[in-house]
Formats: sequence, C-alpha cells, structure tokens
Amino acid sequence: MNTHAVKVIYKYEMLRAWDTILQSFATPVIITILYFVVFGSAIGTRIQNIEGVSYGAFIVPGLMMLALLTQSIANASFGIYFPRFTGTIYEVLSAPISFVEILLGYVGAAASKSLIIGAIILATAGFFVELKIAHPFWMLSFLILTCISFSLLGFIIGLWADNFEKLQLIPMLIITPLVFLGGSFYTIDMLPPVWQTVSLFNPVVYLVSGFRWSFYEVSDVSIELSLLMVLLFSTACIITVWWMFKTGYRLKE
Amino acid sequence: MGSIISISNLSKVYANGHQALSDINLEIQSGEILALLGPNGAGKTTLISIICGIVNASDGSVNVDGHNIIDQYRVTRSKIGLVPQELTLGMFDTVWNTVSFSRGLFGKKHDSAYLEQVLKDLSLWDKRKSEIMTLSGGMKRRVLIAKALSHEPSILFLDEPTAGVDVDLRKDMWVLVERMRQSGVTIILTTHYIEEAEAIADRVGVINKGELIVVDDKQALKHKLGKRQMQIELEKPIETIPASLVTWSLELSNDGNQLTHTYDMYSEHTGIAELLRDVDSAGLLLKDINTSQSSLEDIFINLVHEQS
Repeated sequence: MNTHAVKVIYKYEMLRAWDTILQSFATPVIITILYFVVFGSAIGTRIQNIEGVSYGAFIVPGLMMLALLTQSIANASFGIYFPRFTGTIYEVLSAPISFVEILLGYVGAAASKSLIIGAIILATAGFFVELKIAHPFWMLSFLILTCISFSLLGFIIGLWADNFEKLQLIPMLIITPLVFLGGSFYTIDMLPPVWQTVSLFNPVVYLVSGFRWSFYEVSDVSIELSLLMVLLFSTACIITVWWMFKTGYRLKE
Repeated sequence: MGSIISISNLSKVYANGHQALSDINLEIQSGEILALLGPNGAGKTTLISIICGIVNASDGSVNVDGHNIIDQYRVTRSKIGLVPQELTLGMFDTVWNTVSFSRGLFGKKHDSAYLEQVLKDLSLWDKRKSEIMTLSGGMKRRVLIAKALSHEPSILFLDEPTAGVDVDLRKDMWVLVERMRQSGVTIILTTHYIEEAEAIADRVGVINKGELIVVDDKQALKHKLGKRQMQIELEKPIETIPASLVTWSLELSNDGNQLTHTYDMYSEHTGIAELLRDVDSAGLLLKDINTSQSSLEDIFINLVHEQS
C-alpha cells in the first residue's frame, strides 16, 4: 500500500478546498440557508405537519442530501478532471499507485469536504428548526455512505468528461432533478400512484428516505432497502472506476 | 553494463487507427545516455509514455530492471522519473509543495534535506516559496526535472528537455544530465536537436513513423553511415565529366565548377591521390579542394528520407 501517495493526494485536495474556502464551504451553506428561509420559515409555516414533523424540520434531511450530493459530485469530478485538463495527471499515472489508492486520495478528500459541509448545514439548521435525530448512528452512516458513493460518481464523471460542459452536464441535468424529485421536499405518498411507482426507480429516493428515517423515523421505503440501494450504488461505482483504470478509458488511450 | 530496460515487439495503435509504434525492440543499458531522435509524430513520446505507464501498449512487453511494467508496475514505476515535454504543472502550487507532492506520490517518505539538495542543484532553492505561475519557462522546466528527481529514480526520461529553452539553459541542462549520469542514473532523452544528441548521448536511436530505424553507439553510427566528401573546385567550368573520370562516380555541380567525390572515410585506401592524378591527366585545372564529413544530422536526415 502506497500510503504516502494517498496522504499527499488527500492533503493536496483538502488544501485546494481551503484555498477556495468561500467557494468550497461558504457557498453551499449559504444556498442551503436560503432554502431554509424560503421553504422552512416563509412557506413552511403555512404547510401542515407531515407525519407529525413540522415542514421546516421535515426538509432538513432532504436539503442536506441536496447539498451533499451536488458537492460530492462537484468536488470529486473537478478533483480528477482538472489534472486531466492541465496534463498534470501524467504524474499520477506514472506513479507506483493502484486505482484503490487513487480513489482513497481523491474520493476520500471529496467525501471529507462534503462531510464537513453536511455538518455545517446540520448545525445551521438547528438555528431555524427544532431538530431531532432519532438514530444518530444511522444518520452518520447514511451521511458517510452518501458522501462516498456520490464522490465515486463524481470521480467517474471527472474521468469521463472531456470538456467543462460535460463536467456540468450530469450534475445539472440528471442529479439535480433526481434530488428534487427524490422526496427532498415531500414524501412519495403525496404523489399520484403512477409517479409513486416511477419514483421508486430514482436512487435518491432511497437515500433521502433512509436519511430522513434516521432523523424522524419517517420513511418512504424500508431502512434495509435504503441501505442496500446505497451499498449497491457504491459497489457499481467502484466497479466502474476499476474498469476505467483497467482499460485506461479516457486516461491511457 | 547490463540491460536495464528491455523492450520486445512493442506496438501501439491508437483508437483512431493511427499506428504510433510498430514492433519496437530495444535494449537500454544501465548507466548510459540514450538519445531518441525522430521527426514530430515519429512515436518517441508514445514509447516513453508506455514505459512510464501513461499509455497502454497494444502489443509487446517492456521490462524494467527485470520487472514487467504491467504485472510489477509498483517496482518499475518507482525506479523511473519522467520529465514530460509540455510544462504540465499546477500553476498555483509552490515549488516546494509540488516537489514534496511528487516525492510522496512515488511512495517516498518526506525528506526535506534531499529535496533541498535537489532544488539547490537546479538553482531553484531561492524560488521554493514561489508559485509556479510566477516562474519563467526555463524555471518551470527545472521544476519538472526537480519533480522527476524527487523520488531518487535510477532511470530518467527526458522528453524534449531543451525544447524552447535558450542556449545557456540548454548547456546547463547538458551539464546536469552529465552529472546525473555520473551519479549512476540511466538517461533516455528524446530530442529534435541532433547537436544535443551528439553532445551528450552515448547511443543514438532514430525513430520514424513508429519504427526504430537504427540504434547504435554514436561513434559507430557515424562510422557505419557517415560519409566523407571531397569537393574539387575547378578553374574553368565544364559541361560534362571527362570520359577518363567516369569510373570515379563523381558528381558535377549545376554550374559546372565543382566535382564532388564521396568516399568511405574508414577505408584503408581512399583513392584520393589517384583521383587527383586522373583529374590532372584529364586536363582540368584545380582551383581549390575541400573535404567534409557527415554529421549526425546528415545521417539522421538521410535515414528518415530513405525510409520516406
């Protein structure tokens, strides 16, 4: 195991976030606060409680997921795409380092940044709504798993993209709609039956549902199913990255 | 001197169908300086990239110090340092951080004393806290060399190390390369500058259109493929070569003022004395005589043109 390589990649990526602290940490937090103000305080006070939870508190897990997913993808995709863009990736490719170690460095750093953002958002939410975390262990588990799995997805996007437009394409056109339609602001049973069925094909539903359950014991699908889906998604991402490194897709062609 | 890099039947076809390398076989000796010459797009960088692990080969194999570059990539890559052709650096990084990053990436524990020495050797120590974007082109190239040396490699690839640098810096680079060789590092460099290969390399390989046309000791190459020519300048121009001189395979210049005789400079008997006697007998008056010897550049151009 090339631990020195993992350490320097991780440190490099974390320092990059620190150097751009406003963009990395302040922006997502401010955006989430705006959501709390608009949906939680302004509109939320006129919406009735959902399964005994005030609307402002109900959307906290969904908003956290929205921030975590977009930030995990953005951090990881940019982290690996930028060296490809500048050409400095040659050094990583020519170093005695396995794809697992590369993942630990890049994805580990992206997931860490997202975790920090998640923690800040959670702390901020406490100022706006009354928070209750019924299952802290599962809350933390979902938080970590989400950060890792979507950082993996971001890493794949960063390897796949061959221009900056593509780098933004999947997060903007696929991930954001999936998060909005994944029950961040409502429960699935509020939808017409057909859309309830369609929603079950949205992987984000399982994330939000499981995460919300860890807060309020309110969920759209069972916690076991949520966990299984997250693990399956992570495994699929790892296999994809492994294949990309094995074949040299977009890296060693 | 044993072989440190063995390349067998190496080929590379890119996804767009371009055959970049074709059946390359090459043994690189430990401690030598090998210069790879070739025109743009000849396949030099592809060859280096495959050995370093940046590009996948389509066929063939490469062993570094007896280890296969695919199966035992950790061993092989830790022995290799690469200075790429382009100035590919993180422009916002400081010199010290980027060199430290490189050392860690190659699995080496941080060693401030060693890195300090590398930066001092490359006249970069004063710039250690500078962001790379503030450095000149020559300085950036030195940073690339420092990064390549940061993990103490025993093999160093220099891909066009002096492309676009001024004459002084080029000479400095040559001195640096020689110093590294003396410390036991095997050096493989690609270059467009034949003068460079002639000045610092032990052996020269010529690549064209993905094929290794020739690889040999620099002097042996000149010996085998080099020619010496004698130019006989005449007092008065002639229209045709006199019949008594046709056996000498002479070339007459367009203006009829000069005869050129090409001969093997390493032959025991060059026949120059007889030729001059025959020229005199043919009634031609000599104005001047010059001799010239093929440079490595002439040999390179001839080889590439012959293949074309």
